Amino acid sequence: MTIKGKAYIAGIFEHPTRHAPDKSTAQLHAEVAKGAIEDAGLTKDDVDGYFCAGDAPGGAWPMVDYLGLNTKKLRHVDSTETGGCSYIIHLGHAAEAIAAGKCSIALITLAGKPRTGVMPPRAAGAEVDFESAYGATTHNAYGMCAMRHMHDYGTTSEQLAWIKVAASHHAQYNPHAMLKDVVTVEDVLNSPMISDPLHRMDCCVVSDGGGALIVTTPEIAKSLKKPQVRLIGHGEAMKGPRGGKDLDLTYSAGVWSGPRAFEEAGITPKDIKYASIYDSFTITVLMQLEDLGFCKKGEGGKFVADGNLISGVGKLPFNTDGGGLCSNHPVNRGGMTKIIEAVRQLRGEAHPKVQVKNCDLAIAHGTGGLLGVRHAASTAILERV
Amino acid sequence: MSEAKKYLAPVTNPETAPFWEAARQGKFMIKRCTACGEAHYFPRSICPFCYSDKTVWEESSGEGTIYTYSLMRKSPTGPYAIGYVTLKEGPSLQTNFVDCDLTTLKIGQKVKVVFKPTDGAPLPFFTPV
Repeated sequence: MTIKGKAYIAGIFEHPTRHAPDKSTAQLHAEVAKGAIEDAGLTKDDVDGYFCAGDAPGGAWPMVDYLGLNTKKLRHVDSTETGGCSYIIHLGHAAEAIAAGKCSIALITLAGKPRTGVMPPRAAGAEVDFESAYGATTHNAYGMCAMRHMHDYGTTSEQLAWIKVAASHHAQYNPHAMLKDVVTVEDVLNSPMISDPLHRMDCCVVSDGGGALIVTTPEIAKSLKKPQVRLIGHGEAMKGPRGGKDLDLTYSAGVWSGPRAFEEAGITPKDIKYASIYDSFTITVLMQLEDLGFCKKGEGGKFVADGNLISGVGKLPFNTDGGGLCSNHPVNRGGMTKIIEAVRQLRGEAHPKVQVKNCDLAIAHGTGGLLGVRHAASTAILERV
Repeated sequence: MSEAKKYLAPVTNPETAPFWEAARQGKFMIKRCTACGEAHYFPRSICPFCYSDKTVWEESSGEGTIYTYSLMRKSPTGPYAIGYVTLKEGPSLQTNFVDCDLTTLKIGQKVKVVFKPTDGAPLPFFTPV
């Protein structure tokens, strides 16, 4: 069994807002749902599968009700919660459900207001008494990864800075990006140290907003007007210290999710024309590029340097919307926007200044949780038909 | 400074209560599986490696080395250094480094456990030897 080619992304929508004091979280979910459904050329009553994660107020059943989905028709729901990569996992699960005939038009939504609202608390894990006092945050958890990566492989702050530089080159063309100024390696190194060795410009933005997808069958996708983009490979994985025996912060669960996705797709990293890589921090990108096989472990610093991630300049154009480092990071969850920009590239709908020529194969990869503590990862490989 | 920080008391539960009771006596405990011989942390009843239920409490030397760390400079309660220590007995664990110049920490540095009070059981931290 495979999901290769059995599901198409027929609708995408990224909320243009980055600051939404005048909207509710549920409202943002409805706005992105409406946007994706309209992008696909469908109606809400066509939806028979719904996917959401921990950002959806109350979870799946309150959202299904609030969104006014057709409950006589809705026959598949999935509220898998794996942090920022939830939506990449949802994409794979939607393909599985579609391949099994459990639904034919799946809606996936993400939305929230970390800037102007209250973020829902996460339930405590079994480790709570043994870790919560130590103040792990996103910044220092990824700082710990970067510190060890530098120790083991000689990775430098200058190399990490190149990732932000590339993102800023792309963001200058995105009218919705929070940070549109092109920055230099020196700018990154001169920005304040937040949590060693990560500077302020190594960190992503915090933004309100959201996004949504419509995933459907090949037959329905072919009947619609949008360029056809299909999922040809998918992987998911999780990683943690596992009793303290497996602690190695120099790699992520992408070392497992990536090969699973590439194997299913029947392609290799060399075939990829465009890469959406989760960029909560610069180190996140570097580690994932290594883990996915775009370069050898430890050589990520060399790989990202000298503009190699800039569209039209380097070998691997990445995050051409500006990504989380410059454009947005809705609800502190970057997985959805990673898929959306990959679909734009495959459709030929990216900004002309960053559109990759003949873009027929793209990857959208993300993680959820904290790379420095325990996390999930998911990889999707997409193809223009 | 981290010394002035007030830490929340651990909630504890039936599975981990012996750890916190020992901590009140100044003892830092890990769990070891008598079936596969592996030590682990934080403590579980079922061995995470071989799934045996023959796990026993063992007092750790409390000595180890810094695997990694990050000095969090932006915090409402002041800078603090989070990190991982690899214990002499094998398992690695998350902690904060305390009672030292936080800017001189190094990967590979030798550290030992020190307990800090809470309103309940004390919490383990690590400090350079």
